[in-house]
Amino acid sequence: MATVGEICSYVRSKNAGPFWVTFDLFFDNAGDFQRYARHPAIGPKTFERLFGANPDQVKSFPVESLNMVKISCVRPTPSGSRVERDLHSGQMFVRLLDIELD
Amino acid sequence: MTREMTEPVVIMVPNGSLGAGANEEEMEYGIARGAQVIATDAGSTDSGAAYLALGMSKNNRGAVKRDLTIMMRAASKAKIPIVVGTSGQAGGDLNLDWTRDIAIEVARELGIKPKIALLYSEQSKEILKAKNAAGRIRPLAPMGPLDDATIDECDHIVAAMGPEPFMAALEAGADIILGGRTTDTAAICCYALWKGAPLGPSWHAGKIGECGGQASIKEVDGRGILIRIDKDGFEVEALNDVNKCTPHSVSAHMLYENSDPFNLTEPGGILDTTDSHYEQIDPRITRVTGSVWKEMPYTMKLEGASAGQYQTVMLVGIQDPVVLSDLETFEANMTKHLYNRVRMTIGEAAGDFHISLRLYGWNAVSGEKVPEGTPAPREVGVLFVATADTQEMANQIAKACNPIFFHMYMPGHHGEMPSYGFAFSPADIPRGQLYEFRLNHVVECDDPSELVRTEWVDLSVEEAA
Repeated sequence: MATVGEICSYVRSKNAGPFWVTFDLFFDNAGDFQRYARHPAIGPKTFERLFGANPDQVKSFPVESLNMVKISCVRPTPSGSRVERDLHSGQMFVRLLDIELD
Repeated sequence: MTREMTEPVVIMVPNGSLGAGANEEEMEYGIARGAQVIATDAGSTDSGAAYLALGMSKNNRGAVKRDLTIMMRAASKAKIPIVVGTSGQAGGDLNLDWTRDIAIEVARELGIKPKIALLYSEQSKEILKAKNAAGRIRPLAPMGPLDDATIDECDHIVAAMGPEPFMAALEAGADIILGGRTTDTAAICCYALWKGAPLGPSWHAGKIGECGGQASIKEVDGRGILIRIDKDGFEVEALNDVNKCTPHSVSAHMLYENSDPFNLTEPGGILDTTDSHYEQIDPRITRVTGSVWKEMPYTMKLEGASAGQYQTVMLVGIQDPVVLSDLETFEANMTKHLYNRVRMTIGEAAGDFHISLRLYGWNAVSGEKVPEGTPAPREVGVLFVATADTQEMANQIAKACNPIFFHMYMPGHHGEMPSYGFAFSPADIPRGQLYEFRLNHVVECDDPSELVRTEWVDLSVEEAA
């Protein structure tokens, strides 16, 4: 069993405007990129389960030249709502780290 | 308005944002390397809607004044213009006027007399309602169609400018251009476009440059970046002779704060970097070719912010093992007791109120349930957040909750009432209002400057008069 945190060399999250959050998952090499970048475990259902995102609005962009995949989804609430805990969404990536890819 | 490009255009971006800390030596380096313009953005929506709703800067005045002083001294000496986008964090009229006053003060202190263009892009609600009625405002996901009530609820609304108003100001001889809300990219690339540089490389260079030194690998501290655009592509270099720009560091920046890594929608078109090629042409410099600009009907993105409910917070620190051994029960019991307490002591008058507890050191950042078997922490900080329709009501709710928040018994507490560790008296801290972005829409424009007002402060004329 190997997780996102074990397989990826770098994972980050950041706001992309006040309504979206974007996750960047960087892989070590082309082999890992080919194997995992389109893995269903990092598909729309996972973002729905972890972040309450509408699965129809989860967008995934594998970037072969950088051996990375960018995944963007709508934030459950826009930045700065009364239940805000992470305005820049800069900590949201941590919830991806334990997802099993292998 | 655009010219035929005769020589490469060199743009210096001194830092990621005006006020973040420009560096005088880097500025000299850039000028020695042929910088023809100093360009920076001065804000974004990242830090929340408060700055637009209040017309207030995020950076302190001293920090912005320091950076402007360094930039204006260098630009004046080298006789090159300065371009600033999204002045005062949000780019509203108040944010721009605040920045204008600092620039004038700096000019007087330096004994220089620049011609300053002010590009206002705050929007009249009446004009936007007319645009909306004409079907010329479109929502972007996840928002729906815009209604007049939402426009009215915004305290301030801005439209993000493209490069055209800046190009017009350059053409008119501006030494300094202070822009209201501008796309980050447009502020960086407007000078190149004015000089006739090709669209694809210029826009892509604008995106790579918008966060300053972030597109470089920092072996030493480095704030800025230097971009050289020619007729076939552009080159990216750090503003010192140590830090490196590599194909990876440069191309990875295209990902930053973008929901799409290849396509960036801008006023009047889309930057497409699908076929961009990144090449190391010097140990420190990366060259980018193949970037494409696809012209589209002209739109400007609207941002509107409004103030909402009020909050009051309280904080305790807890090391008591009785609490730490069962934080889930603690949080559930506490939340239940706090809501009951408000209902008992304030009742209906509390209105639409909300209470949340955030257990720092446990699960405050996500609010998610902690996995089974997670060991108890050494301590937690518990933040109490009450939200209500007025500051006074949020304060009253906090005061009503005070005895429970600081002294709630757990089943394992026998005998004396516990007292959790609080650092302040009075314990409740009025935090102010919530601020939210209400718009995520674009407005179609017949002309790029249709929704922009340009004003001038010409210090050479003023001082002579």
